[in-house]
Amino acid sequence: METTDEDLALSAATGDRAAFAALATRVYDRVLRLAWRLTGNRAEAEDLTQDVLMALPAKLRSFRAEARLTTWLYRVVMNAAHDRRRRAAAHGRAADGWGDWEIARQAEISETAEARDWLTTAMAQLALDLRDTLAMVLDGETHAQVAEVLGISEGTVSWRMSEVRKHLRSMKEAEA
Amino acid sequence: MTDDLDDLKRALDAGAPIPSAAVKAQALDAAMRAFDAEFENSSQGAVDQPRPTSERPKAGLFRGVKEMFATIPLRGALVGSTALAAVALVALLPVLREGPTGLPDLAVRREVDSDRAQLEKPQAIVVAPSAVTEDSAAGLSLDEAQNLAPQARSAVPQVMGKMAPPSPASEMYSDGASPMVLPAPMPEIVMQPEPNTEAFPDSDENPLKVTAEEPVSTFSVDVDTASYAIVRDSLMNGYLPQPDAVRVEEMVNYFPYAYPAPDGDVPFRATVRVGQTPWNAGTQLVQIGLQGAPVADRPPLNLVFLIDTSGSMSDPDKLPLLKQSFRLMLGQLQPQDQVAIVTYAGSAGQVLAPTFAENRAAILAALDRLDAGGSTAGQAGLQQAYAVAETMATEGEVSRVILATDGDFNVGIHDPDALKDYIATKRDSGVFLNVLGFGRGNLDDATMQALAQNGNGQAAYIDTLGEAQKVLVDQLQGALFPIAGDVKVQVEFNPALVAEYRLIGYETRALRREDFNNDRVDAGDISAGHQVTALYEVTPVGSDARLTDPLRYGAAELSGPADELGFLRLRYKVPGETTSQLIEAPIPAVATDLGQEARFAAAIAGFGQLLKGGAYLGDWGYDDAIALATEARGDDPFGYRQEAVKLMRLAQSLAQ
Repeated sequence: METTDEDLALSAATGDRAAFAALATRVYDRVLRLAWRLTGNRAEAEDLTQDVLMALPAKLRSFRAEARLTTWLYRVVMNAAHDRRRRAAAHGRAADGWGDWEIARQAEISETAEARDWLTTAMAQLALDLRDTLAMVLDGETHAQVAEVLGISEGTVSWRMSEVRKHLRSMKEAEA
Repeated sequence: MTDDLDDLKRALDAGAPIPSAAVKAQALDAAMRAFDAEFENSSQGAVDQPRPTSERPKAGLFRGVKEMFATIPLRGALVGSTALAAVALVALLPVLREGPTGLPDLAVRREVDSDRAQLEKPQAIVVAPSAVTEDSAAGLSLDEAQNLAPQARSAVPQVMGKMAPPSPASEMYSDGASPMVLPAPMPEIVMQPEPNTEAFPDSDENPLKVTAEEPVSTFSVDVDTASYAIVRDSLMNGYLPQPDAVRVEEMVNYFPYAYPAPDGDVPFRATVRVGQTPWNAGTQLVQIGLQGAPVADRPPLNLVFLIDTSGSMSDPDKLPLLKQSFRLMLGQLQPQDQVAIVTYAGSAGQVLAPTFAENRAAILAALDRLDAGGSTAGQAGLQQAYAVAETMATEGEVSRVILATDGDFNVGIHDPDALKDYIATKRDSGVFLNVLGFGRGNLDDATMQALAQNGNGQAAYIDTLGEAQKVLVDQLQGALFPIAGDVKVQVEFNPALVAEYRLIGYETRALRREDFNNDRVDAGDISAGHQVTALYEVTPVGSDARLTDPLRYGAAELSGPADELGFLRLRYKVPGETTSQLIEAPIPAVATDLGQEARFAAAIAGFGQLLKGGAYLGDWGYDDAIALATEARGDDPFGYRQEAVKLMRLAQSLAQ
């Protein structure tokens, strides 16, 4: 029988190097997928995934057996994504004048503009909190699980999803 | 799940990046190195706890202190704030210690025995909130750790769940530590009245006065309209305002009335009407309307709002305040003024095409649609705003771009000098730039000033609706200036005709009779175009609506001219002067039809009194107020009166 994610995580948390390697390999694809949904950008998603994996050893110490690893991991990814967004914003502020940050941002805009299609437009137009919620709901998480990860009420998750639907509908209509 | 969601999911699954082997290998390698570093460095014990979540508390204590050091200019202030920070730290820790951890005993332990705390059985992992790790006392001996390990496990999910939002304590103390640098904004108008925490001036309704005993009524004009906004906000949020929050005169004065403009060089003109009181068949309503001299004709304004809708603008004192502020300003625009809205966030876009101010609904709808989200993009926004402004400009009109931002000011041209030149060029083409700062924290005041100066405009910081009123309404147009200071009103009623009288509203503005002629006593000002309305309810002698009985003994023979209900005296100072001028006029005793304007004022006065309890209104209720206001709505070019009717309906439902 395959060792569960949870057992691997617990072993890794005790310093079991092999367990951690196995776990990291196992979760990489999952984290990348979620990160991609959150960022809508491959390079961003890969960076974010690497951030998460690098933070895992320290964070694993806070993992507890009764939580599903997936749920716990969602939370880690979500927080890393938030940190990253904040850093991006802070960097933007800190940039002297409107120099480097602006240049980088413009480059990023033209880069993403090339790859823009209905999908990325749909995701990019969603407010960040809606995007976070949607990313997890689409992974088949229940509203209750999503609510727990995001630290909001289940009702808020449902409300956000209805906002997402509304948004998608209006986009569809705009296209038609 | 709807089809749209299914489509999106399919698209997402199809579009998901295939993990690249090289990138994955690199990430895994980095992860392994992190793992090695983690378990090598922390071999001293398990007390090196990670933050339960990586979400830092917003405006956290340590960040706040850092900001303070970064921004504080003076040595003395530095010492002061350091002490404050120390106090805050001390005060914060106990709260955190017993706050959200599920382990009350854990963090309070004072023994730190590093040898015993060696991690021999690594599953004894102790987790405590990160802030506590700042406290060296948060250590734990191994025995205890082992004993507590099972508990610790069960407690951790709770910790994670609860620590994510900033604790109220940390917010409180970080606020407390910062006023030396950034004084917390003190809103003059609290937008969401909380019944238990807000203080409003005591304002019991003005009592009925018996003319024979007290024939003279004196008060200061009041051109504030804040009470109406508070009432509106309460009702819109689904509860009735506190009676003390309702100031009837401010509600009445919120609305523009069609009073005749003054002739000649007097700064304002008084209009007096007497008519039947809507809520009492036995009394009369005396309406005193003051109309300030209008502004000399100003050219139509073309305003382009360039609004930063980046994610950081979502704080209540940013985008929501901005919306409220613009709502205020909209009321002061003339129908031929034009407004356009351009936003900049992830992408720039025109939210509202140039629209005449009379089309208030469309403008408000566009404002309401604004939503903060995304990162700050800029240059395109600024350029688009100027482009829009140029399409609006016609000969003889004034065009302005009004940039509203929280100072996260990446307007896109990466050379500040180039930006200034750009704005200056546009200024020469006739479009000025005003910059409005909202919110605190990252406001780049110097840049704002520089930009506004180059754009021939002004930079202003808006922290409260009161400030918005001042900046957007009074200063932006540059047309509203005080024309009469310390305006006092005194009415002497004729006891031969008036048995009782009652001033509706102005409870907080009452003056003593002798203060009327005392130029040292302050009173309200009237600005160009301002209007002030006061309403008296008077009971004629002989009316069966009289509430007091005439005195049986000692009643003097009441005498006075039979054609004067009373006598109106007004005092005002020409701005800059210290001696007041006097205007006098008799109030005719002839009751006429109140007219549409006075009837609407009466409807609002009735509404205000209903909200305050309606002691003098008898059976007159919301239905009557709604009917009267609807009937007297008139042209209502800005939709104010329609909104009042809506509020009355809301209040009616809420009062049931």
